[in-house]
Amino acid sequence: MTDTTPSPRIIPNRLDNPLRSALLSWETLLLAVAVAIFVINCFASPYFLDANSLSDATFNFTEKALIAFAMALLIISGEIDLSVAAIIALSSTLMGMAAQAGVDTPGLVAIGILVGIACGAFNGWLVTGLKLPSIVVTIGTMSLFRGISFIILGDQAYGNYPESFAFFGQGYVWWVISFEFAAFVVAAIVYWFLLHRTNFGRRIFAIGNNPVAAQFSGVRVARIKFTLFCLTGLMSGIASICITSRLGSTRPSIAQGYELEAITMVVLGGVNILGGSGSILGVVIAAFIVGLVTFGLGLLNVPGIVMSIFTGALLIVVIALPILFRMIRQRHRA
Amino acid sequence: MKALLKYRELLLVGAIVLLTIGISLRSPPFADPSNLLGIFNDTSILIILALGQMVVILTRSIDLSIAANLTLSGMIVAMMNAAFPGIPVPVLIATAMLCGLALGAFNGILVWKLDIPPIVVTLGTLTIYRGMAFVVSGGKWVNADQMSPDFIGFTRTIILGLPAMSWIAILAIIVFYVSLTRTAVGRALYAVGVNPTASVYAGLNVGRSKFIAFCISGAIGGLAGYLWVSRYVIASVEIANGYELNVIAACVIGGISIAGGIGSVGGAVLGALFLGLVNNALPVIDVSPFWQMAISGAAIILAVIFNARGERQQGRLILKRAEKT
Repeated sequence: MTDTTPSPRIIPNRLDNPLRSALLSWETLLLAVAVAIFVINCFASPYFLDANSLSDATFNFTEKALIAFAMALLIISGEIDLSVAAIIALSSTLMGMAAQAGVDTPGLVAIGILVGIACGAFNGWLVTGLKLPSIVVTIGTMSLFRGISFIILGDQAYGNYPESFAFFGQGYVWWVISFEFAAFVVAAIVYWFLLHRTNFGRRIFAIGNNPVAAQFSGVRVARIKFTLFCLTGLMSGIASICITSRLGSTRPSIAQGYELEAITMVVLGGVNILGGSGSILGVVIAAFIVGLVTFGLGLLNVPGIVMSIFTGALLIVVIALPILFRMIRQRHRA
Repeated sequence: MKALLKYRELLLVGAIVLLTIGISLRSPPFADPSNLLGIFNDTSILIILALGQMVVILTRSIDLSIAANLTLSGMIVAMMNAAFPGIPVPVLIATAMLCGLALGAFNGILVWKLDIPPIVVTLGTLTIYRGMAFVVSGGKWVNADQMSPDFIGFTRTIILGLPAMSWIAILAIIVFYVSLTRTAVGRALYAVGVNPTASVYAGLNVGRSKFIAFCISGAIGGLAGYLWVSRYVIASVEIANGYELNVIAACVIGGISIAGGIGSVGGAVLGALFLGLVNNALPVIDVSPFWQMAISGAAIILAVIFNARGERQQGRLILKRAEKT
């Protein structure tokens, strides 16, 4: 008590402390929501708490979450890609075409991934090369990519995938861990590392906060954004392999509406839709929340379209609540 | 800027005329005035929706829920009609618009009072509204035989040689033109989009302008809901699924800048007409309708490239970024 020497000023090793703590609390909130939904599910349906059924539950969200990781990076950098579901459709269509021609599983996987990257690169070129706003560009390419699928397939469908191809959507790596879930975990770790532990990740935040300042600080804004679009395309290609393999057939209307669900996960996960902040952990929890909600409601025989009310409401409520609390607190202070 | 916009609209008119001539070379009856009026009638709903969407986009927002709003409002009036065939059609139209207005106002309140980005709000309400259409209808359809003859016939009534549907579109075009160019509220919508910061200093309430824009697009969505159900004689949860993208496409093709503040009623109408023309032309020139989606996608991308050129000439890109932070 008598010690009068001033306590040493703590200089944080990162200047974004308030932001970090805000993000942390966001993720805690999300986790609380996820746990609450889990517990409610356990009470609501006796079939919920079972390793096999929980494993089935993961199929609901893993494909979308794969895209959501790359989308999170893209949104943090201040861009958006609405064409992801259309990329799934196009690469699934081309994989189907190749499968009809007798291409075997490794070839199909290569095609799926390459088509994804090519579509992403096309988006990236339009946005960074021609300097167009990504939201309209990808609305355009969304019609274009899915449109090409419609031109190729019309009202037909491709089936007859090789038997070994079924592994990606239906196979299990170990016990109840499906290949899709394993891919989800690996992607989560890779993207967490990329965003939070590399220079590349720091630059994404820098671009999202202020692209002009980032440019003047020597960050290659265009190149990084282009890479991010390619990554989103790549993940869409991988998701396309999973979903095509799971369904065993391709129609041009495959994965319709996935882009909105992937973006819902990203935004629910605390990524600022205007860019500049967000974390992979949040997206992971958000993916689980979306998956648990849809699966739990499915066990209660709630039709899919009614589930979407819950997802939509969840999106708005989770974003609105902290804002409301902040407003009330400010009013009290004033 | 005005000259530039004029130039752009002329370009669109040129594209539309060229397209019409090109197709009529393959199939001469295509250019018949009656056929062209038919296409206009077919495109009426898209035109009306594009006008509503344009108002929102002008304020730097976007309304992804407009098609879901259409579905829900359309479903509600169709069910009212099926349950009480005695209600006159104008009352039903007013109900649809009020219902749409309420849905739009909900979007607007979230954007205005809570400051949630419009794309997030309407992404959420898009799924909510369509889901609600399922809840109110229990997943059932309202079919032609459940609707009263007036309900179906109203949009088909011929007045002065044109169906009422076309007249509603023409009326909407006039109302939007006058209110966007000749009223304080309309000019405020532009001002808020061009420069929100300056608008605040000029005494405009940016949030309220956005709220008004969402109310307008909501009411328009409701109106289109009745028109759609009456036109296609079916109300189901699936109607107009994904149509919001066509509406945005019409706006983009019409030169409305997604960055806000730029765009005209003429542009939105021409953009919608262009899409309508393409859709109607494909069967005529023996192209599978499955090409439609890819073509409108390519048209959007080309239009954006054109838009970007027009906007870049004004050299305000750096300025715009600085305002944001």
